[in-house]
Amino acid sequence: MSTVLMEQRNKIHPHKFTLWVGIGSMLMMFAGLTSAYIVKRNQANWVSFQLPAAFWYSTAAIIISSICIHLAGKAFREREMSRYRILVAVTLGLGVVFVLLQLVGFRQLWNSGVTFTGNVSYSFLYVIVGIHAVHVLGGIVALIVLSLKAFSTKIRNYSTVPVELMSTYWHFVDLLWIYLLVFLLMIR
Amino acid sequence: MSSAVTLQDATGHMAHDAHHEHHHHETFITKYVFSQDHKTIAKQFLITGIIWAIIGGLFSVIFRLQLGYPDQTFPFLEDFLGHWAKGGKLNPEFYYALVTMHGTVLVFFVLTAGLSGTFANFLIPLQVGARDMASPMLNMLSYWFFFLASIIMVASLFVQTGPASGGWTVYPPLSALGDASMGSKIGMDLWLVGMAMFIVSSLLGGLNYITTILNMRTKGMSMTRMPLTIWALFFTAILGVLSFPVLLSGAILLLFDRNLGTSFYLSDIVVAGKILPNEGGSAILFQHLFWFLGHPEVYIILLPAMGMSSEILSVNSRKPIFGYMAMVGSMFAIAILAFLVWAHHMFVTGLNPFLGSVFVLLTLLIAVPSAIKVFNWLTTLWRGNIRFTPAMLFAIGFVSLFISGGLTGIFLGNSALDIHLHDTYFVIAHFHIVMGVASFFGMFAGVYHWFPKMYGRYLNNTLAYIHFWVTIIGAYLIFWPMHYEGLAGMPRRYYDFSNWESFKMFGGLNEFISLVSMIVFAAQLLFVFNFFHSIWKGRKVRDLNPWGSNTLEWTTPLKPGHGNWPGEIPEVHRWPYDYGKDGRDFIPQTEPVGKDESTGH
Repeated sequence: MSTVLMEQRNKIHPHKFTLWVGIGSMLMMFAGLTSAYIVKRNQANWVSFQLPAAFWYSTAAIIISSICIHLAGKAFREREMSRYRILVAVTLGLGVVFVLLQLVGFRQLWNSGVTFTGNVSYSFLYVIVGIHAVHVLGGIVALIVLSLKAFSTKIRNYSTVPVELMSTYWHFVDLLWIYLLVFLLMIR
Repeated sequence: MSSAVTLQDATGHMAHDAHHEHHHHETFITKYVFSQDHKTIAKQFLITGIIWAIIGGLFSVIFRLQLGYPDQTFPFLEDFLGHWAKGGKLNPEFYYALVTMHGTVLVFFVLTAGLSGTFANFLIPLQVGARDMASPMLNMLSYWFFFLASIIMVASLFVQTGPASGGWTVYPPLSALGDASMGSKIGMDLWLVGMAMFIVSSLLGGLNYITTILNMRTKGMSMTRMPLTIWALFFTAILGVLSFPVLLSGAILLLFDRNLGTSFYLSDIVVAGKILPNEGGSAILFQHLFWFLGHPEVYIILLPAMGMSSEILSVNSRKPIFGYMAMVGSMFAIAILAFLVWAHHMFVTGLNPFLGSVFVLLTLLIAVPSAIKVFNWLTTLWRGNIRFTPAMLFAIGFVSLFISGGLTGIFLGNSALDIHLHDTYFVIAHFHIVMGVASFFGMFAGVYHWFPKMYGRYLNNTLAYIHFWVTIIGAYLIFWPMHYEGLAGMPRRYYDFSNWESFKMFGGLNEFISLVSMIVFAAQLLFVFNFFHSIWKGRKVRDLNPWGSNTLEWTTPLKPGHGNWPGEIPEVHRWPYDYGKDGRDFIPQTEPVGKDESTGH
């Protein structure tokens, strides 16, 4: 096995490749949802909506967290472990802040009359943003595991694969959110 | 996907297992239940698939009883169906549940999970020369999600209002409104949740298959040296990974419509004189989302059968496969076209006729790669030194069925003809032959061919020959007459045709079809007996390479452990189809190219 791994050193790590294929798969899900949205948008009784301010704050949170996980990966490669621990924890914190701000945003929407079942357009907004948030929650679970490993004194980990996987996934949910935000702003 | 991150140490364990497998302690649980060995997972998929096939097949026998003998009662049905067959007469609601579940079970649980799950898991690492899948842990999860999906689907059979009954395509509004029918109640929710679990299973599996094929091939195994089975499974996995998520989003929206009062698919509906508040939805939207998966799904089912048949035809003709690159190219073309033809299932839904004509063109284009494949299979057989093993017979049967069923696809792909033929028995006949029975033949071919590698024993040949002849003759006797019924306009999904003057003449034919279907079902039980009996009592395999095959799986020990090869993974020096070259019967892929060997294939 070790020889096989050695031969594969110049290839992309299988788990990273799996993640990329998985990202392709997740993109197809959102492509399905957003194209359904476009089709419905062109039909009668579509009601437009305003995005709440909290969504903008949450965008800032996830962009900063994306930068943090990038820096965390850099710190890990330089074996700056204390800096790495702090950055992973900050990423995790900002991820939680993102989800909380999304909830605040939903509350603002609800109070302004944009309820889940009010109109198909509202339902789409909730479902698309909600399914993205579920993907972020999945990332948060992974971040918790990564943080526990980072702060554990028993485990010494030299493989950069976990943090790189985390970083790729986290950038993905970040970019996906930006795409969805732009999409919902342009077409509503 | 987050789980991929937490499972990063799986490869480490795998390396450990591979090196120390002989003194690595495995308990019963880790070896047979929560196994991470791709070969065990493949067997788990296969056996679960066989159980599902028996259940799904039995459904069809029960509803064929109704169709063949509409004015008779079968008191024994009441014994095990209870209130669904009062007095031995099948309840119409339950008839719909049976056809729905027959479709769901056979399409998804048998021919997707049972076929791809089995052979992708079993063959990919063995034929590309890998110790295991890229992520054995995700692979194990793939099976257990399938198991969970199976449990939920089985549970739905036993709820009081019955399982889903709106057809395997679960079109709203029937599937979206609990009050619409018995099967639209809890059975429909269980169907959706079960399918969601099933999709997760398919995705986890598909990710692994793609990564393993692209990333874990042994030294020398370039893409163009891969057996056609691997190419087929590769395109299958890509189709699954890109199309299943779209069905998942469609299913999620349907779940919201059912349970949370949204109106994605619902608008202006009156149920029992009461106007529903739902407004602004579109039932057609679901059909688009469904068929965007649904059509690639056809090829998800068919491609593995094509790949395995190609391999088996070449091995048992003792001839190289004809047109290897054309085979790969045509599979690629089929995979691309699979995504561009979904609306041919929707010609009569009010689709814009111009759009329809585009889909007609793209649909008929599939005939080109399909014809290339058929040509290549026939030329592979041409003047071959054919060994009629059971696997070979089933592979030839596959080609026969693919031709017969494919030709009727040209009729149905025409939107003008489809206006007459849609939703008739012509459609039933078409897709059962080309997708259902043909893929079953590919699966049987695969089981007969690779059973010695799976269990170290042979299946009984006499039983296998009986199984083959009854099944192929039976399949044609069942489905051929349905074309005529369909051309006469006999609609699918009807409970009883005896009240229609125009279909009365088919009464005898329907009875005949029902009779044959029972005989064919019995022949499948013979196969099931052969399968389980041979696992323990079959003739032992003594030859490492019983079929004289070139591919890598036959270089492993008789019963390979976890890690497949005890020493180094063999290096590959040639393509897998050097049969009858330079006067030699076969030259395995592991043999270096000789100095005076003739060049080219």
